[in-house]
Amino acid sequence: MTKVKNSNGDFWERNRKSDGYLLKKTALSYFVSIARFILLFGMCFMILQPIFNKISVSFMTLEDLNNPTIISIPENPTTDNYFLAAKLMSYSKGLVNSFVMALAIAVVQISMTTLVGYGFARFEFPFKKFWFACVMLIILIPPQTISTSLFLHFRFFDILGLHKLITGDTINLRGSALPYFLMSFGCMGLKNGLYIYMIRQFFRNIPKELEEAAYVDGCGTLMTFIRIMLPDAKPILTSCFLFSFVWQWTDGYYSKLFLGNIKLLSTELARLVDSLGAFLMRETGTTTTVPVAYSNAIMSTGTLMMILPLIILYLFAQRGFVESLSSSGIKM
Amino acid sequence: MKKQKNTLAGLQKRKAISGYIFISPFLIGFMVFMVKPLVQSLYMSFCDVQIAAGVINPVFKKIEQYKFALTVDPNFNRLLVEEFTRMLTNSLAIMVFSFFVSLILNQEFKGRAIVRAIFFLPVILSSGVIIGLETNNSLMAQLQANIQEAASGVSITATLESVLRTAGVGVRAFEEVFKLIDGIYDVAIASGIQIIIFLSGLQTISASMYEAADIEGCTAWESLWKITFPMISSMFLVNWVYTIIDFCMRSDNQVIDKINTVMITDINYGLASAMSWIYFAIVMAFVGITSLLISKGVYYYD
Repeated sequence: MTKVKNSNGDFWERNRKSDGYLLKKTALSYFVSIARFILLFGMCFMILQPIFNKISVSFMTLEDLNNPTIISIPENPTTDNYFLAAKLMSYSKGLVNSFVMALAIAVVQISMTTLVGYGFARFEFPFKKFWFACVMLIILIPPQTISTSLFLHFRFFDILGLHKLITGDTINLRGSALPYFLMSFGCMGLKNGLYIYMIRQFFRNIPKELEEAAYVDGCGTLMTFIRIMLPDAKPILTSCFLFSFVWQWTDGYYSKLFLGNIKLLSTELARLVDSLGAFLMRETGTTTTVPVAYSNAIMSTGTLMMILPLIILYLFAQRGFVESLSSSGIKM
Repeated sequence: MKKQKNTLAGLQKRKAISGYIFISPFLIGFMVFMVKPLVQSLYMSFCDVQIAAGVINPVFKKIEQYKFALTVDPNFNRLLVEEFTRMLTNSLAIMVFSFFVSLILNQEFKGRAIVRAIFFLPVILSSGVIIGLETNNSLMAQLQANIQEAASGVSITATLESVLRTAGVGVRAFEEVFKLIDGIYDVAIASGIQIIIFLSGLQTISASMYEAADIEGCTAWESLWKITFPMISSMFLVNWVYTIIDFCMRSDNQVIDKINTVMITDINYGLASAMSWIYFAIVMAFVGITSLLISKGVYYYD
């Protein structure tokens, strides 16, 4: 108590000595932190609110949904929505499929883009500018522009007309995961240009002396890359890997185009309402329109179930997402 | 100089070869999956593509498809203009918002890690199929309206809006601003990556620069304009391009929707290609012009 008083007295005395400057400065800093708190709290709430909303809706029964007095806390909470959504999305199967696909594709994409990014960052070769412009081009081209012909390209797949020459017919690669893996090997997957760009920027900032020392000590090009450069690049590779995994997990576009036959959570979620309608029709035996509120509740539940694994991953790898990219200080 | 280039010798040659080996996955991928579809799609946009019994039969029709898309199709023009204005306003808002937020998140305060984690959550929430589902969720809109009604009889924003409307000056501009404020969630949810990029830029500015400015009598406001702005101006370019591209690829984009309908439901590949080339050309031109303008103002430290 005396200590507080003491320091308080000290404060006023110091304030008087500084002609009120200290008081002004302290008041300002308190004001700033309060304003910042209010602002950040509001914005965080805004981002989190839809998730909270979805959580509360996902526990509601149909009666609760239609009851206008119930806003956020359900009267008779139920987990039926979860079971129904899981059944309609074939959740366990979709979860495994999504996980395997996203993991495999992320690994392929990141290892390929790392090689390419390293090549662009550390070597001088003819036409380098031109090829890098091509990388920028694949970042800029919306996949929709070429999707029509990619679709046909894989429907009537052929390597330089060799297969047709031998068997008289082309290969139909549609409906298998192979085309997408091939594209990933060629760095043409979802947002791969962006990964190349980020990884290149990172490698460019590593001092040249490190590389030269390795060469002098008798390291080959490949060995230098594996033993010297890769361990350094861990933060950027982690963040790119996480981005790749998450975007692959939620991607509906490429999944629908190439992986249509494989049950993935993203594609299942996209047609959840349709399958709900079909399910209700089977159950009741008549064509009924699904109540909007109900289909939305199931939709929210499905969305929650889809992003739940990602949120768990995010909580664990939060530092990887946030800190690594910003603290590695890459210059874009 | 030219001679030297032609006869790369020794180490230089070896480096060039290993460089090509490293980027070969990209080269192969680009040749196989990008060049051919791109050329083909460009060609098809000038054709009437008929598909019969699994055989594609493009009939060359000159610019017929483009004419059809721009003059005959009742919706395409309107959607194009609508999406373009939406892109313009939203991108500007995203830039301002993410810059502002990253300035705040760069400061030291308690609980910064948690706040950062929450702000990057949109990287998950705004990706892929989820964003498309989010937009037409009527239940959520209804719930929100309920909450607003319950919370207060008079909505502050509505009152403010009506006051500003009666002022009568620049109503059109105000309308756009209102739209943005009402859709602030969309802006926040779309600016996860941009915040990360800005933050990474802010962290490369050394603290000694601010210290020196402070000692010279610079206020925080002045050092924002004289130090922070020029130092991360290159990030503005990156973010601007990324924002526009991201906006074009989002699944709630109506032009893309239209193209998909034409392609999948109507099976009119020619028209779909023509439409996507028109859209692509407009976006590319816009990105090109604006990034040229921005890059004039970009300041490079070294």
